[in-house]
Amino acid sequence: MENPYLPYPVRIDGIVTETEDRNLKTFKFVFLNPEDEEKFAYTPGQFAELSIAGQGEIPIGIASSPSEKGFVAFTVNKMGRVTTRLHNMKEGDVMGIRGPLGNWYPWEAMEGKNVVIIGGGFAFTTLRSSIIYMLQPENRPKFKDITVVYGARSPGMLLYKDELMAWEKRDDIHMHITVDGTDDPDWKYNVGFVPTITEQKITSAENGIAIVCGPPIMIRFTQPVLEKLGFPPENIILSLENRMKCGIGMCGRCNIGEKFVCKDGPVFSLAQLKELPPDY
Amino acid sequence: MSTKCFSKEEWVGVLEGLKEAYRVFVPVKEGDFHNFRPLENGTRPNFDFQNTRLSAKSLIYPQSERMFEYTVDNQDPEAHKVRETERDYAPQVVVGIRPCDASAFKLVQKNFDNPEYRDPWWVRRYESTTFVGLGCNDPCVTCFCASAGSGPFDPKGLDVLLHDIGEAYVAKALTDKGEALLGKASGGRDASDEEIKKAEGLTRQVAGKITARISTDKLKEKKVTELYAAPFWEEVGFSCINCGTCTYLCPTCWCFDIQDEVQRLEKVGDRMRNWDSCMFPLFTLHTSGHNPRAKKFERVRQRFMHKLKYYVDKYGDGIQCVGCGRCVQFCPVNIDIREVAEKMNAFSSGS
Amino acid sequence: MIEYTEKIRETAKKLLEDGTVDVFIGYKKGTVPMMNEPVLVSDPAQVDVLYWDSNCGLNLCNYLTGRTDKIGILATGCNSRNIVTHVVENQIKREQLHIVGVPCTGMINHRAVKRAVKYREITEVTEDTEGRFTVKGPGYEESFDKASFLQLNCATCTHRNPVEYDELVAEKVPEQEGVQAFHDVEKIEGMDPEKKWGFFTRMIDPCIRCYACRNACPLCYCPTCFVDESNPQWVGKSVDPTDTMTFHFLRAFHCAGRCTDCGACERVCPVGISVRQFTKKLNKDALELFSWEAGLSLDKRPPLDVYRVDDYNKFIR
Repeated sequence: MENPYLPYPVRIDGIVTETEDRNLKTFKFVFLNPEDEEKFAYTPGQFAELSIAGQGEIPIGIASSPSEKGFVAFTVNKMGRVTTRLHNMKEGDVMGIRGPLGNWYPWEAMEGKNVVIIGGGFAFTTLRSSIIYMLQPENRPKFKDITVVYGARSPGMLLYKDELMAWEKRDDIHMHITVDGTDDPDWKYNVGFVPTITEQKITSAENGIAIVCGPPIMIRFTQPVLEKLGFPPENIILSLENRMKCGIGMCGRCNIGEKFVCKDGPVFSLAQLKELPPDY
Repeated sequence: MSTKCFSKEEWVGVLEGLKEAYRVFVPVKEGDFHNFRPLENGTRPNFDFQNTRLSAKSLIYPQSERMFEYTVDNQDPEAHKVRETERDYAPQVVVGIRPCDASAFKLVQKNFDNPEYRDPWWVRRYESTTFVGLGCNDPCVTCFCASAGSGPFDPKGLDVLLHDIGEAYVAKALTDKGEALLGKASGGRDASDEEIKKAEGLTRQVAGKITARISTDKLKEKKVTELYAAPFWEEVGFSCINCGTCTYLCPTCWCFDIQDEVQRLEKVGDRMRNWDSCMFPLFTLHTSGHNPRAKKFERVRQRFMHKLKYYVDKYGDGIQCVGCGRCVQFCPVNIDIREVAEKMNAFSSGS
Repeated sequence: MIEYTEKIRETAKKLLEDGTVDVFIGYKKGTVPMMNEPVLVSDPAQVDVLYWDSNCGLNLCNYLTGRTDKIGILATGCNSRNIVTHVVENQIKREQLHIVGVPCTGMINHRAVKRAVKYREITEVTEDTEGRFTVKGPGYEESFDKASFLQLNCATCTHRNPVEYDELVAEKVPEQEGVQAFHDVEKIEGMDPEKKWGFFTRMIDPCIRCYACRNACPLCYCPTCFVDESNPQWVGKSVDPTDTMTFHFLRAFHCAGRCTDCGACERVCPVGISVRQFTKKLNKDALELFSWEAGLSLDKRPPLDVYRVDDYNKFIR
């Protein structure tokens, strides 16, 4: 019988420190057994449980896009026991990944629509996966306008800076990069909180679908902006975070209403969330 | 399917005989109460009980179970890779389980065995277990199984149902597994018509003895967000001390925790699965410090909403409770699920 | 003690009506025999829910931690000592409390009663005002003397009357004399190490790590208990016997010099472990080594909590 608790063994293939406070690192993992990469076929929006023997497991959104072959990447914030151990590991170290878990962003529903992506801080990881996926030549025609509002506390806290600059130069995607504040005189982009910049730059909800990923406070202030613009609750997509252990809807920990965040989510539309008790 | 009759004198011998084909679990008196123990040399089965203190859930789903093992010794080429361990799924039989506890497994099965994922350990142990249930002639005054989807002679989840007709047990096979077990049992003979009639009479007679009940008929129609915001939760949760008694004694509670342990000197370790409880504050605590259920009454609310509302909504069947009454009897502060269900069932957001 | 009920209701009503307290914490009658449920009353019209009898064995002091309102609370001897400890340890301010003292003649040991009726079903237990109680079940009725069925801690109690209170619901009761409080501890002290280890191993064997004992104890108010820490992880979370033993022993040591032997831990254990065997030895030590009994005075700090430059033990100076 297949064992959904058994992780695929992986090796750390690359580590990039993303932020100036060194608390966020992107890890590239390579599967030790090549056939596991196929079994791990995933869709942007999903997450995986990163497993370190002797420490534990953590649920982290997948930052790489399925179009990036040969590896899987995760951006991890150093917060507790497992993440601290992970941050102290080096290239070549062995650990495990379980997944892909959870549901994904509603790609079918998004086809033919104007896609608005709003991200804050280090919740941008699955949004990177989504943007790279959408910008693939075979996928780009499926979507109309793509607009991205992404903000962090300061320029040094932005993730994937090189990629952000590269996307900014493209004409098939509108990037609005912002920081809460900066004293860098060479800062070329916006200054302001994500909800404020969203209000300025997103002018229409026509045929639009919005994906919002960020800390609870950012979501709390961005949601009314989108609602005022006329985005219906079915077209505002959020990704919830929760303490998780099994990741497969069995240990009961992430239970909200009749759903499990790890299995029926973590992606939920606002319309779905309104029907659930606010237990998050 | 056969129906056999075993006299009480030969019964222990019959159970001993079953040891050739199965690992046999029987109720045993330990101190003030009964628990299921393996039948070994010197074990004295004792069927003189209303129910075991702990439910039989630990026979399928142990409180602490090793999921995987690993080594953290960097000299070992297999270091840091978790590995499966040797498991024993030899056939086992649980004799004397009450029908409520057996039907509880059917409710728990929806969680551990579903189209998307199957828990390999729970499923394999459940499938290798035969349940010989003992119908209740003398239900507790707190038993409310009849209104919770079960009953003193409920066949759900059982492979063989025993009726205690005084000097003997009438044993009716309900499934192929049960039939196989009766085939392997030494002793006994086909039950006579009279004995079968006595058993049926018992069922009718005892049905009237269940007086405790739980109100659940209006739960499905309630709006979950309104029930969640109901004003009575703080009052209900005031006395709760947030221990794990209700969840650990409950046959339908199944939440668990995964913990890695390491023996530092030997550099080996286990990934353990342990029972966990939504009553504990740690259950939903994020590493950032945010806890969606930081307040006591929020955790109390979660337990009752999960058992009596979320489960009802998710599966469209009854509540996630079989009315065994253990939480009612052993909650240290006497929070009574029947009272809480009544409040939920009667709740109207207009009031 | 059932006769206290009326006075308790009157007192609570008065205190709530005249605003002396915002809330009143007491007990309401339980739904199963020999159990009562702690309750919080904030509306003077609801005081009739309050009830008192010899099954009020939990420790209401548990419900004080973290509250900021004015609280009226019932307190027996041991419970009042826990309130004193709570105040001394800054868990609640004395000014917030209006302690309604209850001179206590002891709580009924529900396990001993179940044994006495040979585990037959009990449907009702009623007590009279003469110190007797009657147990009813299907087809039987038996009466017993409460004095022979006291909870083990009540049987050896020497502080039945509240030590700190704002008013009493009844006349003080005579304290028990000639009590052999540590008879069972001495028996264990007399065992050789191997036998002692076997005794404790067998005692905690049924433990299911539900933490009812810890949560029922008013002394255990740490925001994160040592068993719940993961960084570093002091104790494993499985039912491994060593981890379980560690939990019980370490918890007892955290209660050393603070425990009032209220018996709540032993009463709530769902598998009937004699949890007090861990703490009683430490209570005996506190008495013999430091002449200390917890919670008797608001002006004294527990011995393991005090540093004095003139301590008579040089090693600690």
